[in-house]
Amino acid sequence: MKNRRQILAQSAALAGLVATAGWLPATALAYSKDAFDAKSVADALKAVGAGAPVESKDVTITGPDIAENGAVVPLSVATTLGGVKQLMLLVEKNPNAVVAIFNTSEFVEPNFTTRAKLGQSSDVYAIAIMNDGKAFFAKKEVKVTLGGCGG
Amino acid sequence: MRIRAQASGDKTTVRILMAHEMETGQRKDAAGKTIPAWFIQEVTASLNGKTVLTADWGPAVSKNPFMQFTLKGAKAGDKIAVTWKDNRGETRTDEATVS
Repeated sequence: MKNRRQILAQSAALAGLVATAGWLPATALAYSKDAFDAKSVADALKAVGAGAPVESKDVTITGPDIAENGAVVPLSVATTLGGVKQLMLLVEKNPNAVVAIFNTSEFVEPNFTTRAKLGQSSDVYAIAIMNDGKAFFAKKEVKVTLGGCGG
Repeated sequence: MRIRAQASGDKTTVRILMAHEMETGQRKDAAGKTIPAWFIQEVTASLNGKTVLTADWGPAVSKNPFMQFTLKGAKAGDKIAVTWKDNRGETRTDEATVS
């Protein structure tokens, strides 16, 4: 991993070259900015270089059917498939679809839980991207109660 | 950052709670100005100094983020370190011991 000084030096050197492109290479090296800028599920998959996703029983997404508070929605993504490179969590109707991308390794189970913000009721997706670029998904609808009063 | 790692058999459940604003960049303040985005972009977890998990996050992860994952093969006494880096370049690392 680069330290801050190296990143700054590199940014300064390249800033002139890429000023028109609107992003600095230092952030693009590790962080998949394109994926997080994607507005839709399909664009996000394109950004990470995955093929068209196939619905699969071996991928699961767990979350509440109704979320009273859209700012804190617990969601789990998991798969039983082997050879998973990345597990992505997406919310279809958010301004940017991608919530998180987990890069799995042989040391962890492909099963992650986090909390996400949902702007409105939406389908949420778990997408498993395999080492060979294939993508499998599962989706679930989460309703967000407006007003946060649980009514 | 609060980290709890509990071993059960050959699997270790790691739960992490981070303190971070996770501002989306979509909200406006009282004067109608957009509040700039401020969120954690990269999370790295390592076991005894070896990276076992990296994650890229967008602004849609909740405020004071929570993350849970399961480690294979860790045992009591092992050290787990978690580092996050946000879009302002700030970073923080905390360590915990598997119990």
